[in-house]
Amino acid sequence: MAYLLKGVSILGAAPVDLYIEKGVISGKPVDGATVVDATGLIALPGLVDVHTHLREPGREDAETVETGSRAAALGGYTAVCAMANTSPVADTAGVVEQVWRLGREAGLVDVQPIGAVTVGLAGKQMAELGAMATSAANVRIFSDDGFCVADPKLMRRALEYVKAFDGVIAQHAEEPRLTEGAQMHEGEVSTRLGLTGWPAVAEEAIIARDVLLAEHVGSRLHVCHVSTAGSVEVLRQAKARGVRVTAEVTPHHLLLTDELAAGYDPVFKVNPPLRTASDVAALRQAVLDGVIDVVATDHAPHAVQDKECEWSYARPGMLGLETALPIVLSVFGPQWDLIADRMSIAPARIAGLDGHGGDLTQAGTPANLTLVDPAASWVVDPAGLASRSRNTPYAGMTLPGRIVATFLRGEATVLDGKVAK
Amino acid sequence: MAQPRADAPSKIILEGSDLSRVVDRIAHQILEKTSGATGTVLLGIPTRGVPLAHRLAARIHAFEGVDVPVGSLDITLYRDDLRLQATRALGKTELPPGGIDGLRVILVDDVLFSGRSVRAALDALKDLGRPSSVQLAVLVDRGHRQLPIRADYVGKNIPTALSESVKVTLTEIDGADEVKLIGGLQ
Amino acid sequence: MIKHLRSAADLDAATATLILDTAAEMAALSGREVKKLPALRGRTVVNLFYEDSTRTRISFEAAAKRLSADVINFSAKGSSVSKGESLKDTALTLQAMGADAVVIRHPASGAPHRLANWVEGSVVNAGDGTHEHPTQALLDAYTMRSRLGRLDGLRVAIVGDVLHSRVARSNVLLLTTLGAQVTVVGPPTLIPLNVAAALSASTKVSYDLDSVIPDSDVVMMLRVQTERMQDSYFPSSREYSRRYGLDLRRMKQMQEHAIVMHPGPMNRGMEIAPEVADSPRSTIVEQVANGVSVRMAVLYLLLGGK
Repeated sequence: MAYLLKGVSILGAAPVDLYIEKGVISGKPVDGATVVDATGLIALPGLVDVHTHLREPGREDAETVETGSRAAALGGYTAVCAMANTSPVADTAGVVEQVWRLGREAGLVDVQPIGAVTVGLAGKQMAELGAMATSAANVRIFSDDGFCVADPKLMRRALEYVKAFDGVIAQHAEEPRLTEGAQMHEGEVSTRLGLTGWPAVAEEAIIARDVLLAEHVGSRLHVCHVSTAGSVEVLRQAKARGVRVTAEVTPHHLLLTDELAAGYDPVFKVNPPLRTASDVAALRQAVLDGVIDVVATDHAPHAVQDKECEWSYARPGMLGLETALPIVLSVFGPQWDLIADRMSIAPARIAGLDGHGGDLTQAGTPANLTLVDPAASWVVDPAGLASRSRNTPYAGMTLPGRIVATFLRGEATVLDGKVAK
Repeated sequence: MAQPRADAPSKIILEGSDLSRVVDRIAHQILEKTSGATGTVLLGIPTRGVPLAHRLAARIHAFEGVDVPVGSLDITLYRDDLRLQATRALGKTELPPGGIDGLRVILVDDVLFSGRSVRAALDALKDLGRPSSVQLAVLVDRGHRQLPIRADYVGKNIPTALSESVKVTLTEIDGADEVKLIGGLQ
Repeated sequence: MIKHLRSAADLDAATATLILDTAAEMAALSGREVKKLPALRGRTVVNLFYEDSTRTRISFEAAAKRLSADVINFSAKGSSVSKGESLKDTALTLQAMGADAVVIRHPASGAPHRLANWVEGSVVNAGDGTHEHPTQALLDAYTMRSRLGRLDGLRVAIVGDVLHSRVARSNVLLLTTLGAQVTVVGPPTLIPLNVAAALSASTKVSYDLDSVIPDSDVVMMLRVQTERMQDSYFPSSREYSRRYGLDLRRMKQMQEHAIVMHPGPMNRGMEIAPEVADSPRSTIVEQVANGVSVRMAVLYLLLGGK
């Protein structure tokens, strides 16, 4: 099917008529193209999330590849990288191929599996990274996310080993001995609430160690969900020295602070935890500076019973796919080039997803894109989200920017703000 | 019960020395009716019953040289209308050193109205001991009883409408002695 | 009046003082032969205990019964709680039973806050995790006021494992609200970072017990669990006891009028020497007795009105 996106503004430029045919941007008008009135809409390259939890296999009551794909498409995404902490863990070629195939079947976004670094995420023995890399899933990012690869020797080996297939280790930076029993950011609020603190240094110490390791062995390192001002400083210095490190931040760490824990509602419990306002300010600046390369959702659906309980018993994590772009838009305003880079181009490059994050002004670019109405605003209603879970921290908030349409290789996955297939 | 508005018209019934004369009369009646107030304890019901009890004791002492023990009996926890209002602060319950067992207790309150306060006082008294008899002295009886209760000593009967209220102020608490009838007058 | 008592921070000075004054009346009434008062007749108080604490449960039970409330004890052992029923489902059950107040003891900080979302009645925190224990702070304040005559301007040292102590948190908040000057004392590992900023700006921190004792009107010793040793908070009980225990030598440095408090249960010989615990300065037994009066006051003020 061919489309004409009439009067669309590519990254905020003057309106044009954009034709899509045979899965790519067409350089010339196409007869019989379905017309989408894109007046006032912004075209962005389809968003790419390097950090998504789809929960399948294992916790299909919280999310499935299919429901997560719907949420992703509605959020403007054309590709998501599915984290390995499923049950069973995605630590073999078999599991990553299963997730990859489920993604294909849903057909709404490219689901790119992330492989576990260690068997069972246990941090003891390296998983068969090569087998996952050469599987049908073509895995390039490896992560024990949820757990830190804490053993420095194992981390060093993993960083070295993946060089053979241009892989990257995505580290969940959390020194486990410093965060035993941790429930929230260690600071004034944790003292007041009597919740065990998760000190910033537990993240910063691991990032500092890992950039030194990556430098030593000449490998790529990716740092998941950076959450502190101190981490930003460590990364800034490493990048200035030329270390091949990339880093991501989540929308919630760009907006929310630890004060929200005051009512003990676990919808605000996340790992790493919400930090202070000065951390938020440093993270925003790091996104602007490019010290942080990527905004990634860490979309973490949880069943109702895992959140409607005592704070300490609740699972950490927040929904993110359907609210990421609006949050980023509310934080940075309509800086479309910045948004496209941090949410599509850079993550596609890190994940090795060649068809994504392309230049929409060039004929022949794969037609992975999303249309945003920056003038529209909406109120977040947990029940109205496509995710199977409801654990959004933004319930009741009015957010700017509505995703009107999303195209995956020229096919509409979302039209008029609704899933198209 | 509906209260008259703050700016409702009011009429002064007793003030200053009138009120003192009324207290004197009650003191005389007590002496007369109890054969010299021996074996008697005065228990004031907070708030304004307590200074009234002390005044009666002082007057009895002045008239006959008899020392009548005085205490206070808070009835808050025994009220049957606790849940109809916001939580009330407690008053003091203080029995004289000799207690009340086997003695004549005279309960003292400012206004007798529905009789429910007196019922609560009788319940509270029962948990504190066993007096030989209980009597009631009030400064004002405004009528409208809801329980079979009557006072043994009444300073002044004031016929009232239900829409009216009686306000007693005492020097010890309010800075002036006065009994006022509020509302209902046109 | 407030609806719930989840934290000592729920109390302003006027409300806290009203509770203490009411407790004093309750204490006076408790001395008589007929201890039962009819104020809460027909009201149901549920003691929901997820942790064993016979002392606290009995204290609340006695308080509720003296006010003629119906008391239901719902303990984690031998109930549906141990079968993994969620706090929310338990709350809905209690709601259906018509609980007017739920007194909750729970190992998770903030559980009373969560519970208050799911029941219509009042929630009273009887100790939650490492967060707060507001009625303990009220009975401590009551004990100080009855022994020393005032709270305003009183200098109180709270000594020991402040980091993990719900008693310390509630006491710092309440005592500061009532005008006392609090110093928390202990090894740096057991004093939370930013304690003054987190709880109340006037709170002082000291790592030297000997320098604090002569200036204190009240020395409150906290229970120190020996498990903390394994977690490197301090090297040994011997060293802890030497540096932060209240022994006879230190007690002699106290002012004539100063008192020693302990929320119990005590580790005799660890944070407090037996001779100190049993000395006339010690208010430990009074604290227990005052607990019932203070809890009567809290229940009456939460449930006595409309």
